[in-house]
Amino acid sequence: MSAPLSGLSIESDTGIEVSLPVAGPGARAYAFLIDWHARLILGVAWFVIAAVLYNGRLSLTTSLTHDPLWFGAVVMPALAIYFLYHPVLEVAMHGRTPGKRSVGIRVVTRAGGPPGAGALLVRNVFRLIDSLPVAYGVGLTLMVLTKDSLRCGDMAAGTLLVYERPAADPALLQSAAQRVGVLDAAGAEIVADLLQRWTSLVPEARVRLARKLLQRYLGSAADLSEADELQWRARLERLAPP
Amino acid sequence: MGAPASTRNQALAAALLRRAGSWQQADARAVRLARGRTDDATDAARLADDYRLLAHDLAQARVLLPASRAREYLENVYARTHATLYHGAFRLGSELRRLFGVEIPAAIRALAPYIFWATLLFVLAACAGYALVRRYPELIALFASPALIATVESGKLWTQGLLNVVPSSILSVQILTNNIIVSLFAYCLGFLFGLGTLYILGINGLMLGAIFAFVGEHGLAGQLFSFLVPHGCVELSVICLSGAAGAAIGDALMRPGAAGRLESFRVAAMRSGVVLLACAILLVGAGLIEGYISPNPRFSLPVRIVTGVGYWCLMVAFLSGRLFAQTRREPRSAS
Repeated sequence: MSAPLSGLSIESDTGIEVSLPVAGPGARAYAFLIDWHARLILGVAWFVIAAVLYNGRLSLTTSLTHDPLWFGAVVMPALAIYFLYHPVLEVAMHGRTPGKRSVGIRVVTRAGGPPGAGALLVRNVFRLIDSLPVAYGVGLTLMVLTKDSLRCGDMAAGTLLVYERPAADPALLQSAAQRVGVLDAAGAEIVADLLQRWTSLVPEARVRLARKLLQRYLGSAADLSEADELQWRARLERLAPP
Repeated sequence: MGAPASTRNQALAAALLRRAGSWQQADARAVRLARGRTDDATDAARLADDYRLLAHDLAQARVLLPASRAREYLENVYARTHATLYHGAFRLGSELRRLFGVEIPAAIRALAPYIFWATLLFVLAACAGYALVRRYPELIALFASPALIATVESGKLWTQGLLNVVPSSILSVQILTNNIIVSLFAYCLGFLFGLGTLYILGINGLMLGAIFAFVGEHGLAGQLFSFLVPHGCVELSVICLSGAAGAAIGDALMRPGAAGRLESFRVAAMRSGVVLLACAILLVGAGLIEGYISPNPRFSLPVRIVTGVGYWCLMVAFLSGRLFAQTRREPRSAS
């Protein structure tokens, strides 16, 4: 859990201001690398499969380089996958791509809303400038130099990338609510979380984390004697009974 | 005396956490509405209630649970609900209709002065290229390849027999790809305070004028006109359009006004950027014409002129929004 992150502030009529954490060059570059590999693999896969089907044997070349079928069914779709990946997916996935989704970031307007198709197309057109001279040199330099990590396309389209925090499990929050008592609300959340993830952890981790929590909340009164993991779980349950 | 403050706060925090289910419902509703998956009016009305409830809970969570998952979760749900409430649903169909029916025509209207100046620059550059090569024919070596010069000097256009070498489909795709790249660069290089755009417009104009002068010297100007007219009307217009869009960006960077350079750039790029999409679509059509009609000697000059002018008129209808104008039915008044 972290303190409120600085980032894009959204004001509202209710007087509550929300801050969306802005994604920096690292997260953006990581998402881009995932997307770059995805579009490269998809484009090459199309080319290989279509070339093999076209040739009727395991060959990736043709003697008829000006054959419209070769050009239209093998070369062009592969290039289209590679070059139209970002604009098409960003429009279809509301400012996300598979890479952005896996890193947990998305494109938003400066007002925090989803950008329109026009804005998404403009930010993608400017990849031409951002990718100069090589390896997104202009884009990366601008991202490092600007406050909200903007590349040229973002400046043009009025967009930026923000983190999407992983959604907390409401069941976990309700379970934590029942455990507030001996523990404060934050501690109850942690205990509820550990108990929920208990079976997914290796036995050593279960005991280590349970020991830490008991030590933190009970101090010297904690029973830290050797026991099996079921007993450690029981001690945790007693610490914060639902 | 009431309960101690810490006990009271814990009770309030517990009560707050128990509302997690309703936050989840509000989040699901916001996502459903944002993605246009529901048109239910009740859902939409409840979103406003959700918004107020979430604002209240978030304010409490910031005090009672400042470093907790509950607060982070609420911040997220509140931001999503806010975006849905204030920005509406994202529907691809209506987004595209708005883009072609409203945004592109508005951008063209806003770009009108830049279109005029970009066209003027292009025409002047073409005249200069024509005059230069007429006066100093050896300068054609600056604008054309040796192979092209040799072909014209042998009394033929390089376009003759083009279809014997490359099929129309491939020719079309090669041409339209090349034109789209030139068009995108003419726009994006406006980023260099408009200079890149001016160079692209100037060089293309000079080349066109120079080549016309050169083929005219060899009595082939009529043939070149016949080749150019079906696709050239739109292709050259699109180069001027994308140049105008780039010039608008350059102007915004040079004369940013009170809003500041970044904001001025953003407004200019957003306003003119959508024109690029229209340019790309128009260039696909021009590329197909250039691959299938322009080099094909079976098409007579009148057919070529009708094709060129017809496509140009279609372009005007497309850019002015008339192609996508929705006719509104007025209710009949009772007589």
